[in-house]
Amino acid sequence: MGPNLLNNYFETAAMILFGIGFTTLFLQPNLIKKVIGLNIMDSAIYLFLAAKGYIDGRLAPIVVNGVTDMEAYINPIPSGLVLTGIVVGVSVTAVSLSLIQKLYKEYHTLDMDEILTKVSKEGDH
Amino acid sequence: MMNKFINGLVKFVDGDFTISTKRKAKPARRHTDHHEPTFKERFTQWHDEKGPAFFKAAYGIASIVICLTMITILLITASFLPEYGNPDNPVNNEVSERYIEKGLEETGSVNIVSGMILDYRAFDTLGESHVLFTASAAVMLLMKKEKKGKEVSDKFSPKRDIIVKTVAQFIIPFLLVYGVYLMLNGHLSPGGGFSAGAVMGAALILFSSAFGYKKIKTVFTEKFIKIVTLASLLFYAGIKCYSFYTGANHIPTGIPLGQPGAILSSGLILPLNIAVGLVVTCTMYSFYSLFSKGEI
Repeated sequence: MGPNLLNNYFETAAMILFGIGFTTLFLQPNLIKKVIGLNIMDSAIYLFLAAKGYIDGRLAPIVVNGVTDMEAYINPIPSGLVLTGIVVGVSVTAVSLSLIQKLYKEYHTLDMDEILTKVSKEGDH
Repeated sequence: MMNKFINGLVKFVDGDFTISTKRKAKPARRHTDHHEPTFKERFTQWHDEKGPAFFKAAYGIASIVICLTMITILLITASFLPEYGNPDNPVNNEVSERYIEKGLEETGSVNIVSGMILDYRAFDTLGESHVLFTASAAVMLLMKKEKKGKEVSDKFSPKRDIIVKTVAQFIIPFLLVYGVYLMLNGHLSPGGGFSAGAVMGAALILFSSAFGYKKIKTVFTEKFIKIVTLASLLFYAGIKCYSFYTGANHIPTGIPLGQPGAILSSGLILPLNIAVGLVVTCTMYSFYSLFSKGEI
């Protein structure tokens, strides 16, 4: 183990959240809960990126009083990346939810095991 | 190949009750025949009877092990990461230095993040807007009702609850004004097109659920949303074409950057913010509308 596990508490929390989301994705048979797990993973990534950009004692990257010194502001790049991530996350969630709704209308269940069972039974005959 | 594998997996999981009835006849036949079961038969019997339960348990255990391993590896990695909040971290390299030191001068935007995503990396933001547009097109493709010409019944329209209605009356004007403020001040303060679009989309969704589908359809028809979205995307793409052309040929753009801090400053960032905000508003509302009633 490295020395910074408890100093990097935001990164640690992001890793744990990512793990929670990943486990939800694996273990829940319910498709809606799988999407929730995916969203938790997304949020973990945003937290991680935001934590990476932070610098102690510096301001948000909005110029005040014309000071354009690197020593005054935090890193603006991770903020831009988080924006991209949020947009992609919203789009993926919307498309997957609409696919899930289609599946529900077809098979009348949200359980992925049951859906796979029904698909294989349809394939038999 | 993959399909075959999944089908096999499904059959393996789905051994449950249909096969267990078949198995009940087997011991009797075995007694009359005095047939000693071979290893293969015993294996198939075990596979049919215990297989599903075994597979479920094995899947559960395997996934827990995989997840715990992954969390452990990630935590070990996090413990080796550079210290949180330290200015000497490798993330804070010359790229961010350049953005901070030259950003105001080159883009005219007080908000450095805004200047970064809508000027230096505007192509990336154009892609993001198209991701949203593609997502809403895909949702429309999947959710739109097949029967055309049929009026959407008010059966699934939200109940016109008096509390929701009164609160919505008070809150929607403020939400819309706040959204417009965020959109127009994207280069001066925290905010910008995406958050403004989210706020205004929320206001439209609230309006739709408080006053019913018919009232919002007086303005926000499918045609209106299509026109606004496409016009914004085309405007964005055209304006960026112009700025790429002039930038690549070292021609001055002729767009004044203005006084930093004034609302009409920072060149193209203000119109681009407005375009992005309109796209996001329309996309958010069309998501809600398509999910709730199957059409815009």
